[in-house]
Amino acid sequence: MPVEPLPAAAGLGGSVQVRHVDAGSCNGCEIELGQAFSPVYDAERHGVRLVASPRHADVLTVTGPVTVNMAGPLRKTYEAMPEPRLVVAVGDCARDCGMFAGGYGVHGPVATVVPVDLQVPGCPPEPAAIVSALRRLSGR
Amino acid sequence: MNRVAVALCAALALAGLGASAGLVLPARWRSAAVGAATVAAGVAGAVAGAAAVSGTGWQVRVAGLLPLAGVTLAVDALAGWFLLLVGGVAAVVGVYTVGYTGRTGRGPAARGALALLPLFVAAMLLVPVAGSVSTFLLAWELMAVTSLLLVLSEHRHSPAVRTAGLWYAAMTQAGFVVILLGLAWLAAAVGGESFAAVRAGAAELSPLVSSGVFLLCMAGFASKAGAVPLHPWLPRAHAEAPSHVSALMSAAMVKLGVYGIVRVAFDLLGGGPRWWWLLLGAVGAVSALYGILQAAVATDLKRLLAFSTSENIGLILLGLAAAGLLAAAGQLAGAGAALAAAFLHTANHAGFKALLFCGAGSVLHATGTRDLDQLGGLSRRMPVTTGLVTVGALGAAALPPGNGFVSEWLLLQALLHQVPAGGTVLTIAAPVAVAVVALTAGVGVATFVKALGTGFLARPRSAAAAAAIESPPTMLAGMGLAAAVCTGLAVVPTVAAPALDRIATGLRVESAPLHGSGIDLRLAGIASSISPLWIAVGVVGIAVGFAAVARAAGRPRRRARAWDCGDGPLTARMEYTATSFAEPLQRVFEDVLAPEQDVDVTHSAESAYLVRAVEYRRRLPDRVESRLYRPVIVAADAVGRAACRLATGSVHRYLAYMLTALVAVLVAGVLR
Amino acid sequence: MSAAWIMAVAQAVLVAAVAPLLVGFTRAVRARLEGRAGGRLVQPWRDLGKQLRKEPLIPADAGMFFTAAPAVLMATSVLVATAAPYLSTRGPLSAGVDLIVVVGLLLLGTAALALAGLDTGTAFGGMGASREMTIAALVEPTLLLSVFALSTRVGSTNLGAIVAAGVSDQARILTPASALAAAALAIATLAEAGRLPVDNPATHLELTMVHEAMVLEYSGRDLALVEWASAMRLTILLGLLANLFVPWGVATSLHPGSVALAAVVFLGKLGVLGGLLAVGEVFAAKLRLFRVPELLAGSFVLGLLAVITSAVLA
Repeated sequence: MPVEPLPAAAGLGGSVQVRHVDAGSCNGCEIELGQAFSPVYDAERHGVRLVASPRHADVLTVTGPVTVNMAGPLRKTYEAMPEPRLVVAVGDCARDCGMFAGGYGVHGPVATVVPVDLQVPGCPPEPAAIVSALRRLSGR
Repeated sequence: MNRVAVALCAALALAGLGASAGLVLPARWRSAAVGAATVAAGVAGAVAGAAAVSGTGWQVRVAGLLPLAGVTLAVDALAGWFLLLVGGVAAVVGVYTVGYTGRTGRGPAARGALALLPLFVAAMLLVPVAGSVSTFLLAWELMAVTSLLLVLSEHRHSPAVRTAGLWYAAMTQAGFVVILLGLAWLAAAVGGESFAAVRAGAAELSPLVSSGVFLLCMAGFASKAGAVPLHPWLPRAHAEAPSHVSALMSAAMVKLGVYGIVRVAFDLLGGGPRWWWLLLGAVGAVSALYGILQAAVATDLKRLLAFSTSENIGLILLGLAAAGLLAAAGQLAGAGAALAAAFLHTANHAGFKALLFCGAGSVLHATGTRDLDQLGGLSRRMPVTTGLVTVGALGAAALPPGNGFVSEWLLLQALLHQVPAGGTVLTIAAPVAVAVVALTAGVGVATFVKALGTGFLARPRSAAAAAAIESPPTMLAGMGLAAAVCTGLAVVPTVAAPALDRIATGLRVESAPLHGSGIDLRLAGIASSISPLWIAVGVVGIAVGFAAVARAAGRPRRRARAWDCGDGPLTARMEYTATSFAEPLQRVFEDVLAPEQDVDVTHSAESAYLVRAVEYRRRLPDRVESRLYRPVIVAADAVGRAACRLATGSVHRYLAYMLTALVAVLVAGVLR
Repeated sequence: MSAAWIMAVAQAVLVAAVAPLLVGFTRAVRARLEGRAGGRLVQPWRDLGKQLRKEPLIPADAGMFFTAAPAVLMATSVLVATAAPYLSTRGPLSAGVDLIVVVGLLLLGTAALALAGLDTGTAFGGMGASREMTIAALVEPTLLLSVFALSTRVGSTNLGAIVAAGVSDQARILTPASALAAAALAIATLAEAGRLPVDNPATHLELTMVHEAMVLEYSGRDLALVEWASAMRLTILLGLLANLFVPWGVATSLHPGSVALAAVVFLGKLGVLGGLLAVGEVFAAKLRLFRVPELLAGSFVLGLLAVITSAVLA
């Protein structure tokens, strides 16, 4: 099933290395994200790999409404990535704070902290949706 | 008078001039004058050495200079090698001294301390050229005394210096006594005290005498060389002496212990039975392994370098042992290769260790500390020093294309290629020796990565390190000279081939052990070869090529905060220190190093489950010292105290002792 | 340029080109055994290409050592790839680079990367450097004893001579000493290349990392060089293991036909060893760091036995 490549990701040339930041999620999205790399969905066959350091990453996946305490670390993680760099907001919370909107510890959606290139809606999003979003970046 | 004589006399005269300049001149000029005289004496000594290794011999006997025996000097290729080595090191250190001692006029720049420096060099130049037992002993003792006084230059600075001086004095004098006994026995047995007479008469010696002489001399020389277990003075004296003196001692003086072993065992005694060499090899293997393990866990930069000296001496002794063993088995080609390895390693070690001790001195000069856990961040504050120390560390770690690698390669070749005719002992000993060399090399790399990585790189761990500035040009020039010599030895080691040929011929093993067509390094009788020049050009060329292409084609580098997991910032306290770097190695070799650790937990007053403070302490004492020397010192101390009871100060008692002694002598006389 | 140099450069290019593919192949085999489809064979090449185009970052307090290490690591790998007898035993550097130099060059690369790890000033960099150097120090005796066992039967440590002797006299290879040395060298290879059970190349847990911890700060072209050189090291070591103990197919001349055949055979051997490595890694767990010395001590004993056996048989 072909996907429509994201123009901003053209420079990646079919290789996407992902660093994940949980900015305050309930961990539902993390479970789905973990499934995306499991044998069933296997994001690796589309040229996507999780890495251990933002220095190695091209793409930052962020979940959850950004809490006050995670706003700084999220920004620092983004700054620690070499250009070109892309951000994928995974889940409804990352998009608009979801059910946590207005909470006293919530800073705001991901886009208020770092520029977001792609959003994956859902609470939580299905692994297939995450994989297809990542495929738009790798173009494969 | 030939070239050797002229150069040697010039060296001694210049050293005397330097000593008097040190005594007479005002503090402002003193360092420069003494440094210049040391350089000149060193260069003259090296010229004499170069002439001697290229075939010019010289012998002289001055009867009137010493009562009874006179002074005999004899220069051959073997002596020339060590003259060259001592002279070269003195030249390098002389340049360095000018900047290091400075114009303060105190400590190492005091009148006496500076005046002694050229005298020390002169004594070291005299040791290899001594041609008789009495001359040798005189030069040896002169060297010991001058170096002892130099070690004590900063005795006001800390009690550790005085302790180091005490250890060095006791061990060097004990060593001297043993050598004196050995050589006197030898001279008495052959009925002549000139080396020529000894050499001629050695064949008729009984095995008891020659083995006794060998054991006595080996013990004395090995203690001067810093071989384990006769090493405890070395890490103390090298660490506490001013750095230019440490450099002279570690790079030059310690090698004269090796010279002593070669002169007595190979030359005067003309080789010996197998067990001599197995013993020497065992001492070498233990020195190499124990030395490098202690260096790997040391956090004091100069102590680390001192233990690394023990390690390198161990490798040299291993080479000598292999040479002796193979010569005894009649495999002269292998013996030649082993001897070449040992000699080349003396030169290589002199080069990189002079450089590294001077580097440690520069660090001490700039920061006031030699504790690696307090250093760091020097690569951006002292870039030239860091670069030069890197050259030395590359050699000391025996990595290609450093100079230490070439001699370790030779040593491995000598050990690898003699199996078929060797018999059971060699079949077992050779792989064990190879494993020892390999483990030593491996731990050596870890040691010098630690020294360089924690001492010079990343962030400074103390205010003193943060305030460091680059050393004055004279210090850098001295180190640069040493680095140039190291590079030369690393890239074209074949320059030493003619000298090694003459030495090997003189010691009656295969001549021309080392040869090469300019680029390739080959060994007589062994099919292996390497080209150090190609390796160096390859590594440097390809690395520069890749860096240049990547730089030209890629984006520019951007400085960013070190990745701190989003929190931070990272502080110097979070960096790995030398202690933490060595922790895995310390754990792996726990049985050998036997660290002492204790953990004190202070509980909160309210509850035993709440901890207020945890204190962790770890010490790594030198186990040989605490197990072997402490009991001896305690026993000697007890005997001394017991002897005090004999001398109470009462005149009556002393008269009674005298009467008893007189009666005893009379009775003995009558009974006979 | 003589034929020998052309062959050597071709060999280095081949190793450099194949190395990422070998990594892709081991990942693919692993993925299949884990029930996944896995990435394409060329995926590591895509990763490298992208990294080369990206921006390299340098930590605020790092200096020359951090920027120089990738190039030095790459240089050691390229030099070994040029000098070792992968295609023909008649290489131009066969008299200039012997097995001990190869061991030394690989160690130089390790040391350069460890210094870079320390230069970053991060705790992970230091931790990786410390662990890597500890393992490297303990591997050394095994490596050199294997060299000893291999060189005894030839009388030379020069790689060309050892492989040529194996090609011409195949009975010499099928000895107990050779098998013991091969086993010892295989374990040492795993440790040197940072593979399971000594180090896990696919780990994302900083606390279990060895090699990865040292390179956490690299990005862009620096990271590309480090990863490429690491892949080359794996290729170099597996290739040496293959050609030293199974030298069949290596050309003993510089004839283009036999060199081309040797290249095909070499790729086949690499494939087999890479596949075995991947299969082994699926079933092996990483050893705790302080159990690694026990494994290496075991390999050391194998090496010692190999030397003594070869001496007894000779």
